Amino acid sequence: MPDSLATVDWARAQFALTAMYHWIFVPLTLGLSFLCAFFESIYVKTGNEEWKKLTKFWMTLFGINFAIGVATGIIMEFEFGTNWSNYSWMVGDIFGAPLAVEGIFAFFIEATFFAVMFFGWNRVSQKFHLFATWMVAIGSNLSALWILVANGWMQFPIGMAFNPDTARFEMQDIMAVIMSPFAIGKFTHATSSGFVLASLFVVGISSLFLLQNRHQRMARRSMAVAAVFGLLSSLFLALTGDEAAYNVAQKQPMKLAAMEGLYVGTENAPVVAFGIVNSTKRPGDDAPAFYQEVKVPGLLSLLANREFGSYVPGIDDLAFGNPERRIVGAAARMERGKIAVAELANYKAARKNGDEAAAATALARFQEHQADLGYGHLAKPADAAPPVATTFYSFHIMVILGTLFPLLFLLVLFYTAKGTIEYQRWLNSINIFALFLGYIAGMAGWVVAEVGRQPWAIQDLLPVHVAATRLAPGNVQTTFFIFLTLFTVLLVAEIRIMLKQINIGPEA
Amino acid sequence: MRGLLFRTYAMYRDGFAAMTVGRRLWCIIALKLFVMFAVLKLFFFPNYLEHNFSSDADRAAHVLGEITAQPMPRADRQP
Repeated sequence: MPDSLATVDWARAQFALTAMYHWIFVPLTLGLSFLCAFFESIYVKTGNEEWKKLTKFWMTLFGINFAIGVATGIIMEFEFGTNWSNYSWMVGDIFGAPLAVEGIFAFFIEATFFAVMFFGWNRVSQKFHLFATWMVAIGSNLSALWILVANGWMQFPIGMAFNPDTARFEMQDIMAVIMSPFAIGKFTHATSSGFVLASLFVVGISSLFLLQNRHQRMARRSMAVAAVFGLLSSLFLALTGDEAAYNVAQKQPMKLAAMEGLYVGTENAPVVAFGIVNSTKRPGDDAPAFYQEVKVPGLLSLLANREFGSYVPGIDDLAFGNPERRIVGAAARMERGKIAVAELANYKAARKNGDEAAAATALARFQEHQADLGYGHLAKPADAAPPVATTFYSFHIMVILGTLFPLLFLLVLFYTAKGTIEYQRWLNSINIFALFLGYIAGMAGWVVAEVGRQPWAIQDLLPVHVAATRLAPGNVQTTFFIFLTLFTVLLVAEIRIMLKQINIGPEA
Repeated sequence: MRGLLFRTYAMYRDGFAAMTVGRRLWCIIALKLFVMFAVLKLFFFPNYLEHNFSSDADRAAHVLGEITAQPMPRADRQP
């Protein structure tokens, strides 16, 4: 048993490593592809060759990022089959075909239009080249659709039914899956975070040029476009973030409670603007949640329910229940979940023995309790709570940085419009640093989304320790360190090639 | 049609031939894909259920067995 637990934790670490490495490349691809399309559109509109040169420069950096990042997502699919075989089997009917179709679609769009974008400058008409660049941008972003829909489904599983004979979730309503508020929220929030990161990338590198007194005209032009795109995207990002938090409050209240370190539910619930989490606190004990905290009263109620003064449940309410507020806690759901697990076992045994009457009875009882299936695998109510400190800090880092970025873009626009951006050395230095903050904000967002929904692989239905394959921990450890080495080498390679190209500048 | 096909072929051919940054990138991509598919996938990432069970019925029975097993206590949580 301890081996299985160690395996689960190594498998989680490996998946987190792979996903985070993948997310270094994805957001830049999503956003920079659109920025290239904007730059080229201006070139086609104005006919000014400097815009063409500028477009080609950013396109080269886009190509480097794309090439190093390509196929890193496939590694996660390897991991599904090996480390997460139970999960993989159970969701295969829902995700298998759409992800394959998406892969083929993305491959053909990218293979066709990518080549035109890079090789076709003097071979196709200006307008067709521009069309190809836009298609790469649209195709790259669409290729993120299904994986984000899949992630949304894991957070809020709808539009499916569990087949107890095959042990698989089967798609019942594809539109419910695609149009789920979580799917839409994931897609809009993740892609717009990519737009913000790419804007920070262009602004940051342009600032570097300004600080070095190189390519000043190109840098100013790039910054102006990227700052507008970044400002609009970061405002949209804030809107989609607010919507995501509302959805979390409605469907994953435990995650929201962890995001704010709220243990005891309350009306007029506060947002903790700043806090040092008491990491020794556990659900149900009397220890304080924070060593130090600065609260903004009522804001969490507004965020969660869009109503000042409304009640927001805390971790203790959700773990142990709160009859006064009619909150069914994990403790009660565990009882129902254990019935679901037992009846599923009874159904399996009855089917094996050919006792159809007993199978029908067990199936009816299972279906009555299956909404709490996952809780049947928890050992105690506190296991339904995610790691609070990690979720809290990640959420606050993401929100603080997400608030700073639009201000930064505004400043860049102000000084660009004023024509003095090249003299603002302090701002240009911050812009370079902000690129790294952009990556941290994006990663922190994913930590909130994924750590915050623990212990679930599929919300309420499948905890991660059941989703995982029972392997010897050594197997997963070995591949974890292989990946760590491989990813580090590839990242160093990318940074070196990228820096070399930036150093050469648009003259290349 | 023939002309279009030739022009497309020529675009790829000349594009690859004229690459500067791209050559090193293609080497990295090729090496990465080789390591991923010919080493990692082949030797380290077999599909567990495909590898250990011969039919879908056996795989379903195995997974059903897993999800109807008794709950495990979490070692990383305090009592």
